[in-house]
Amino acid sequence: MNELKQKIDITKKKFRWSDYIAERIIKSVAFLSITFIVLIFFFVFRESFPIFNFSKDAEHKTEQDSSKQAQSNPNEIQEQYGVPAPEPEKQEQYGVVTSDTLTEATIQTSTQETAQQASAQPAKQEQYGVQTADDTSMIENYATSESKATEVSTTDNNKHALKTLVTKDWQPVSDNPRFGLLPLLLGTLKITIISMLFAAPLAILAALYTSVFAPKRLKEIIKPAIELLAGIPSVVIGFFALMIMASFLQDLFGYATRLNSFVGGIAMGLAAIPIIYTITEDALNAVPKTYYEASLALGASKWQTAFFVMLPAATPGIFAAVLLGIGRVFGETMIALMATGNAAMMGLNPFESVRTLAATIGAEMAEVVFGDTHYNVLFLIGSLLFIFTFILNAIAEFWVKGRLMKKIQGK
Amino acid sequence: MILQKIRTENMYLYYGNKMALNNVSISIPEKQVTALIGPSGCGKSTFLRSLNRMNDLIDSVKIEGNIFVDDINIYDKNIDVVNLRKKVGMVFQKSNPFAKSIFDNVAYGPRINGNNNKSELKEIVEKSLRDAAIWDEVKDRLHDSAMGLSGGQQQRLCIARTLAVDPEIILMDEPASALDPISTSKIEELIFQLKENFTIVIVTHNMQQAARISDNTAFFYLGELIEYNKTKKIYTNPDKKQTEDYISGRFG
Ligand SMILES: Nc1ncnc2c1ncn2[C@@H]1O[C@H](COP(=O)(O)OP(=O)(O)O)[C@@H](O)[C@H]1O
Ligand SMILES: [Mg+2]
Repeated sequence: MNELKQKIDITKKKFRWSDYIAERIIKSVAFLSITFIVLIFFFVFRESFPIFNFSKDAEHKTEQDSSKQAQSNPNEIQEQYGVPAPEPEKQEQYGVVTSDTLTEATIQTSTQETAQQASAQPAKQEQYGVQTADDTSMIENYATSESKATEVSTTDNNKHALKTLVTKDWQPVSDNPRFGLLPLLLGTLKITIISMLFAAPLAILAALYTSVFAPKRLKEIIKPAIELLAGIPSVVIGFFALMIMASFLQDLFGYATRLNSFVGGIAMGLAAIPIIYTITEDALNAVPKTYYEASLALGASKWQTAFFVMLPAATPGIFAAVLLGIGRVFGETMIALMATGNAAMMGLNPFESVRTLAATIGAEMAEVVFGDTHYNVLFLIGSLLFIFTFILNAIAEFWVKGRLMKKIQGK
Repeated sequence: MILQKIRTENMYLYYGNKMALNNVSISIPEKQVTALIGPSGCGKSTFLRSLNRMNDLIDSVKIEGNIFVDDINIYDKNIDVVNLRKKVGMVFQKSNPFAKSIFDNVAYGPRINGNNNKSELKEIVEKSLRDAAIWDEVKDRLHDSAMGLSGGQQQRLCIARTLAVDPEIILMDEPASALDPISTSKIEELIFQLKENFTIVIVTHNMQQAARISDNTAFFYLGELIEYNKTKKIYTNPDKKQTEDYISGRFG
């Protein structure tokens, strides 16, 4: 025994290669991923930056000219890209099969509504508002309005664009383009509120049921089932909302516009439920079992225990769950494109069509002219989304940590 | 004559197929302290938890035989378990205050019983905290979180929380096993005072403690009730050899 012990030498520091390498790899991968996150934000924001830049440039004529030249090149390329017709032609037939037959009524109503809203608009713009409902007309109109837009000076547009950011009109492709973000913000807000009003109670109650009330076997079925919902691609949920839910809800409530923020909100709620459910469930399961026993031993019924002991103890986690759900709805593009009607309107009525920030990027990014004002504004929207989500997650993180610390340390 | 508050008749308890209590028959007198002793795993906690039906929470538990509280069979189909637990309160081995303020912890029981009268609640809270001998230590910080209290204070708070529901019987499962000697002696003193008004059944690992605070002692071994008698008798002149061996520290 004594001889064995003497062999371990603690006086000399030993260099351990495997530890060193593992440590380095972990460290560099971590930094790489953090760098990626920062870079993504940086590039997104950089693309939106000219908006702010150009308004200053407009004061200096020389710079304005050079930038004008710089802009003209990509514009021409884009123009040629927009002109060739055969592809849109094919899509026309495709579009007829998928959406025209079912959504014809909607297209008409929403066209009319858009027309009423945007009274100062040229006729082409009205059709633009319908774009996602009817792909074909959008593409054709886009090509024409785009060629017109390029005739107008991009620099002037940029100068003008910054001023229109805080207006009520989102009309990016017209003779007089206006980039009012307010209807988009309002639309996103409406959708978020509706989806959370729908999803949060359902998800939280479902989580409460599985973690407090359900017998073990049922729990083992429900939990994975709801978590599977998270794996359904949002395009499928969107399709379901567009084809089935929209008609059903319209029959049920009898409102005029088939695709609106209500339908969209509920569809997005479906996407957010699994997230909220999973995190809430984890939070509830993390509540010490002794709380549950103590409450029952005091003569509380099960539901009293669930509401007055389990839920309060899990609040930080539930709060985080809802915030993450909101984050999901903020960024959700496909469902918004398919189910919300995509008309940028300012009303507070939940049964009006809306257009969300993310859907705007999704719908318009493919057709936008590279380097154009419109392009920059779309990236600005991207940056906004990024910042919102970042703030949400940050609040979720820090608030939860703060609350937990408070509870544990008992201050 | 002394009333018998709790009575079990030929009680068997199984966890799945495993027998944890084997033919336990016992009567526990009112307003006395009855201690349950025995080596680890002999079924003391199991027995205690079946007196307020906390074992219902475990799916695999099956119970045979009868348990009476005030001559009512508590495993009868028509028994309201929620009200049974108001009558038979419980203090756990590990103190488990809610992550709420001290006041809210004690007021929790009355509140779920529908008492929302502020001045009444205040009265109940103060009385319970006084009865649990912790009032002087917490009266200036009733609205601080209970998690900031020391282990011994937390356990007395849990006792206060149980008292606030106004039970008739208090079950205690090794309430002082995780505490330092000073806190332990405070809890023991408290139990001594509480028996004036409550019937107390206490599980303890500590035989000196059982000898100090209890009127009756039941010795369990491998799920069986080996011997049950006045504490004095058990500690001075037990009938069974196993009891004597355990008390004299020869095993367990
Ligand atoms: N939830 C449970 N499931 C299965 N067996 C259990 C459970 N709780 C206790 N037991 C078993 O029942 C026996 C008695 O346990 P317990 O009542 O906790 O003993 P004690 O409190 O006297 O130490 C032990 O053998 C233990 O393993
Ligand atoms: Mg035990």
